[in-house]
Amino acid sequence: MSDPIMTINNLNFYYQGDVHAVKNMSLEIRRNQITALIGPSGCGKTTFLRCFNRMHDLYPGHRYEGEIRYEGGNLLERKDITELRSRIGMVFQKPTPFPMSIFDNVAYGLKLKGIKNRAELTDRVEQALKQAALWEESKDRLKQSANSLSGGQQQRLVIARALAAEPDILLFDEPTSALDPVSTSKIEELMVQLKQDITLLIVTHNMQQAARISDRTAFMYMGELIEIDDTETMFTNPKQKLTEEYITGRFG
Amino acid sequence: MASTIKREQTLDKLFSTITFSAAFLVLAIIVSIFASLFKESLTAIETFGFFGFISSTAWDPVREVFGAATTLYGTLVTTLLALAMAIPVSLGIAIFLTELCPKFLKPIFSTAIELLAAIPSIIYGMWGLFTFAPLMVEYVEPLLQDLFGPIPIIGQLFTGVPLGIDILTTSIILSIMITPFIASIVRDTFNLTPVQLKESAYGIGATRWEVIKDVIIPYSKAGIFGSVIIAMGRALGETMAVAFVLGNKHAIATSLFDASATITVTLANEFTEADSDLYLSALFYLALILLGMNFLLLAIAKTFLARKKKV
Repeated sequence: MSDPIMTINNLNFYYQGDVHAVKNMSLEIRRNQITALIGPSGCGKTTFLRCFNRMHDLYPGHRYEGEIRYEGGNLLERKDITELRSRIGMVFQKPTPFPMSIFDNVAYGLKLKGIKNRAELTDRVEQALKQAALWEESKDRLKQSANSLSGGQQQRLVIARALAAEPDILLFDEPTSALDPVSTSKIEELMVQLKQDITLLIVTHNMQQAARISDRTAFMYMGELIEIDDTETMFTNPKQKLTEEYITGRFG
Repeated sequence: MASTIKREQTLDKLFSTITFSAAFLVLAIIVSIFASLFKESLTAIETFGFFGFISSTAWDPVREVFGAATTLYGTLVTTLLALAMAIPVSLGIAIFLTELCPKFLKPIFSTAIELLAAIPSIIYGMWGLFTFAPLMVEYVEPLLQDLFGPIPIIGQLFTGVPLGIDILTTSIILSIMITPFIASIVRDTFNLTPVQLKESAYGIGATRWEVIKDVIIPYSKAGIFGSVIIAMGRALGETMAVAFVLGNKHAIATSLFDASATITVTLANEFTEADSDLYLSALFYLALILLGMNFLLLAIAKTFLARKKKV
């Protein structure tokens, strides 16, 4: 059993002043595992995910309560948010390549960190693209616009971009919901490989996906954590009736 | 039944003919304006040629020698200076409005910018002549002269007696006039940047400024370019405001404190004085060149934007 990389204690989150979106959640995120967050639309799983890289801080009227223990402190009280975000990367629903070349996309996070040495950049871009299983398809066209890639390739590029910064944790917000089945399975394969090096958190609507790739699954409903357990147990023998009903497709 | 179908078909036909005529009218007007300008300019074209006309600095109604160089120069210099001042300010306004401005202040600033665009140009001219130019003479121009005058080469730009009726004053007023155009178009294109794209940049540790510089501005390049072209067209064609503050002097000015003349102001001022066919024709020739310039500018903008879309 692996040790927790993050421990969430009594996390509450409010936006627009008083909308209580995450209610009193407590759980552990274990190192080098994939943790899947499932639940019906609007249950707060994306909102929960966005607490970890403090994405909510971009918008006024938000409030965190409770604690996310990470690197010996409360992540919610950290002041070095840009540093935090380079340690905890995020991949979105739709691929979000920046309006620049493939190379510059991957090098972007490194340049933000102040790495200017061309050789080092080239090295780490190659490494990240290999890690994201995009190197073979992109090595001859690194100078081309990132928009010239297909949707699935763009999503792997975004993952490579996040990986280049050598994060601890990667957050995925429904990373395959805009992709075709072939691209989806490539991304899934990639995620399973990545857990050797990093910890992954994935929000997904696709329960088969959660069952296929995750080690642990958390089920959320109306802002609350209903149940978290090993994925196998969750999908074969859930303890809560609500979880069972959701998994068997009786609502949501 | 058959008759209903027939009636509908006739109506459709009629409707498409009407809309086609409306669209065709635009084309017809453009072509006829070009044609009539060209016809009126013929005498001048035959006398001075094209390169001869645009390279000649002469403008002598008495001896009937005309050239476009001085007015072209005045037009281009004031326009480019205005753009140089307006672009950074407008980008700043757009960045502030889209990324930094607190919500409750947004409508106030946005309305102010739209109002700035709604001020008739004659008012800019009057304000320029009676309020702004005296301020320039009293405070700004002497200060600039003290600051930059002693520097070699650059100092040349600030020589002469500051009278306020000059290239600098005109460029500043033009820049105030075009700023709302650039700012509001750029603001709209900034707003089109997908939220997830911005969040992705924040998500790998970019600061607000880095997101603006590396994501929002590159993503909005086409819009920025388009707005600059529109503003440039407006500055090139501006007449009333410029007529008040530029001094209408046909000479190649080397100092920002010199008076100058633009094509539009020359046309507005001199048609009433044009007492010979050649003089009149030379003025039409100037108008043709201005129209050609605007046309060219639009063509450049269109091809650039089309190429941008393909990428």
